[in-house]
Amino acid sequence: MWTRRLTTALTITGIALVVFVFAAVLMMAYGIQKTLIDTGSDDNVVILRKAATSEITSIIQLDQANVVKTLPLVAKMADGKPLLSKEIIVIINLPYSTKVGGFGNISVRGITSEGMQLRPQLKIVQGRMFQWGTQEIIVGANIHQRFQGTGVGEKIKFGGDQWTIVGWFDAGGNGFDSEVWGDEIQLGQAFGYTGAFSSILLRLERQNSFNDFKSEFDKDLRLQTLDVKREKVFYAEQSEDMATFIRILGIAVTVIFSLGAMIGAMITMYAAVSNRTVEIGTLRALGFRRRNILGAFLVESLMLSFIGGFTGLLLASFLQFFKISMINFGSFAELAFNFSLSPSIIINSLIFSILMGIIGGFLPSVRASRLNIVNALRSS
Amino acid sequence: MRILKLIIKNMLRHKLRTMLTILGITIAVTAFGLLRTVVTAWYVGVEASSANRLITRQSVSFIFPLPLAYRERIAKLNGVERVTFANWFGGVYIDKKQFFARMAVDGETFFEVYPEMLLPKDQLDAFKQDRSGCIIGEQLVERYDLKIGDVIPIEGDIYPGRWEFTVRGIYKPRDKTTDPSNLFFQWKYLEEKMRQDWPQRAGVVGWYIIQIKDPDKAATISTQIDEFFKNSPAETKTETERAFTLGFLSMFSSIITSMNIISFVIIGIILLVLGNTMIMAARERIREYAVLKTLGFSTFHIVGLIGGESLAIAMMGGAIGISLTFPMTDSFAAAVPKGWFPVFNVEPVTLVLACSAAVLVGILAAIFPIQRTLSTKIVDGLRQIG
Amino acid sequence: MSIVSVQNISKSYWRDSLEIPVLRNISFDVPEGEFLGLMGPSGSGKTTLLNLIAGIDQPTKGSISVSNTEVTRLNESQLAKWRAQNIGFVFQFYNLLPVLTAFENVELPLLLSKLSKKDRKDHVEFALKVVRLEDRMYHYPKQLSGGQEQRVAIARAIVTDPTLLIADEPTGDLDKTSALEILNLLEQLNEEFKKTIIMVTHDPRAADKAHTIKHLDKGELT
Repeated sequence: MWTRRLTTALTITGIALVVFVFAAVLMMAYGIQKTLIDTGSDDNVVILRKAATSEITSIIQLDQANVVKTLPLVAKMADGKPLLSKEIIVIINLPYSTKVGGFGNISVRGITSEGMQLRPQLKIVQGRMFQWGTQEIIVGANIHQRFQGTGVGEKIKFGGDQWTIVGWFDAGGNGFDSEVWGDEIQLGQAFGYTGAFSSILLRLERQNSFNDFKSEFDKDLRLQTLDVKREKVFYAEQSEDMATFIRILGIAVTVIFSLGAMIGAMITMYAAVSNRTVEIGTLRALGFRRRNILGAFLVESLMLSFIGGFTGLLLASFLQFFKISMINFGSFAELAFNFSLSPSIIINSLIFSILMGIIGGFLPSVRASRLNIVNALRSS
Repeated sequence: MRILKLIIKNMLRHKLRTMLTILGITIAVTAFGLLRTVVTAWYVGVEASSANRLITRQSVSFIFPLPLAYRERIAKLNGVERVTFANWFGGVYIDKKQFFARMAVDGETFFEVYPEMLLPKDQLDAFKQDRSGCIIGEQLVERYDLKIGDVIPIEGDIYPGRWEFTVRGIYKPRDKTTDPSNLFFQWKYLEEKMRQDWPQRAGVVGWYIIQIKDPDKAATISTQIDEFFKNSPAETKTETERAFTLGFLSMFSSIITSMNIISFVIIGIILLVLGNTMIMAARERIREYAVLKTLGFSTFHIVGLIGGESLAIAMMGGAIGISLTFPMTDSFAAAVPKGWFPVFNVEPVTLVLACSAAVLVGILAAIFPIQRTLSTKIVDGLRQIG
Repeated sequence: MSIVSVQNISKSYWRDSLEIPVLRNISFDVPEGEFLGLMGPSGSGKTTLLNLIAGIDQPTKGSISVSNTEVTRLNESQLAKWRAQNIGFVFQFYNLLPVLTAFENVELPLLLSKLSKKDRKDHVEFALKVVRLEDRMYHYPKQLSGGQEQRVAIARAIVTDPTLLIADEPTGDLDKTSALEILNLLEQLNEEFKKTIIMVTHDPRAADKAHTIKHLDKGELT
């Protein structure tokens, strides 16, 4: 009968839609966090200005940097020098490549050779690495998709000069993939950053020596205005605002949707019950108990919602093929990330759909179980 | 008894089902209203822009400053009435979660260029005379229980060190779109400190705000300014305040687009819920509609019955949903960290959209059942068991 | 004078490409004031013929005229209008709208006319008086017995003072007493109010009340 199939299909669609949005939102928030948390190694430590919320707003003096170099527990390179990179971050505007137009913020990082060593996961995927001491730069592979004029061989103008892109790099799907890198000394000169840096990145000698290092750091009065954090922790904090925002908005929207879907399910279930009163009466007359009836309808409701939930989740999983780029509140620059699916998101989504089925189907199932046998049999 | 009565009686047939449907629509309309309000809140800055103001910033990006010396040259241009400037200060007040704009501005000219910030003259004068004074918006007064004379300590990040500003004035927003949560202090004060501690960072401003006499000349003047400073170490980018704000927003375009998409999805859900109900109702009444047709009721009447019921339910859900949007947005604003959306109003356009959505859904949900009913022959309809 | 003129009417249904004839080349006339009974075994096409005369179905071939209007030539919306003014239909299963009171059910056909509210009220009350149900005007169908429901249905059928009263097994779902009541009512409508009635029936008592009987078998008049 066309109506039964149609209304069932509509109910399943409603639930699928809700679960889709639910999963998508969680996948987005998780994607941001994953991308940023992957930025950074366990052994690396970041040093910033105390009140700074991001590298952009942080300033470290040269003399402070020199003090840090002398601290114990800093790993040493083959030539005995400390494995420590003083870096500069600035933001430049590049035009978006979509027709919508407008400019986006891109982080430009002035990096040192130590900085390259501290990020071993980096690979050049097209072109080559820039030559130190020149106005050559390399660009994160994600940038190219979003922004105009970022192909290998093209030039970008900033800091009063032309900078040539000589290669694209892939840092492993993390925050760096949305940055532009160049020689720190060259960039520093171009932007007038003499004697000052945005951040310091260094590696500790041994694993698990962070707490010891921190206490040495905090003891030194010259470093009072600076703060030290694990690199991973720093990036996790960077993603917090964005992830929180998306979660709040997303979950608010999803909860509201789910109410809508549950009401749809409820209406359909009530209709199912009233269409099958004779059936129910017959079953009761044959000896089935009330709770069997309740259970049967509840199971039916759960099946509907599970199918809907599974469908929604399946559709949402396809989102993983899409990359989004948007401005990260934390760093105020573009960040590209994927929708990421995690086992907990899958479980949560399915539980959510089952919950919708239980809540939506409960009252109608109760009504079915409460039907008076005689009246039920008589109705037609 | 007119057709309307029949429609109402039809709706009352299954009170529970009708109520659930209305509830479903109400919830969706409220969600729609909330979402739209978030989107319009995002664009508040655009609404607040004045056609008489241009923003000039460093063309590379606005984190790079412009020399103070530019001011004179800009002021000399034809059509320019007044030039003021500001530096983004940032810093941390209490903790990193307290969001509101903190800027160093030119005390003499800033508030003349922004007349929508209503400030009593005596407070403005007190501010001008106190080097370390500041002007705050009235929302900050509420949020942090401040009054004139209080000292506000801020831990600087871009401009390191501990800074203290004395509240000398409180501005009230003139328009609904004006941000009532800003803090402004004297650029002179910032400059002094920079000369002392970081001389290479002195003598610069974050951006210029240019008040022009004739909005139509905006494009010409913008181009003139940028041409003037082309090939100098700090090239400029000048645009209308509106374009500048829109440029900012384009960075958030993914989020805004997603929210717009979700708004449509919400409408889709309303459609599903209402459509579901209308289809069930139509199926139950096939025989009745056949009887009505036998009695001589025409296509027009049947369409009116089904469409009328659908619209009535949609409009009721819509009306309740719209009225709930107001308390809903208030709770949302309370739940979200203060400062994310300093201005959060339900705009008339949102209400209009919600209404239209309800009407549209009411019509669309009726289409399938109407089509089904009309295409069923009278004789077939009479044969149906109800 | 003939109120109804059926000429060479044939009606077939198609299952895939197989033609299933229901009525084969039927012709007859019905004079004004006639009380005609159509009888025949199940599947003989009686109801189909009735539906064609009432204008709720279309023939495959042939034509039907009612009071000089060639019904078979009218389109859907013309037919609707025509039915409202000329036909009163009584169904086997009453077909009252459950959400409306007896009064409102009878009023339904009048909503299509230009009568004022007061005039409609008068007409409805009169019709209900004829069927002797004025005391239950504001009851809902579920509060009425089968016989009472059918009487409301008859009131609905006559309230517009139609040219033709069409009844499809009007007593089919009623007990003996109620059936008799209904038949007496129909007889009264025919004799006192001079209504032309065409009735399909199985019931021999109904056949008794009719003045003329026609038999249908396998789609043909016998």
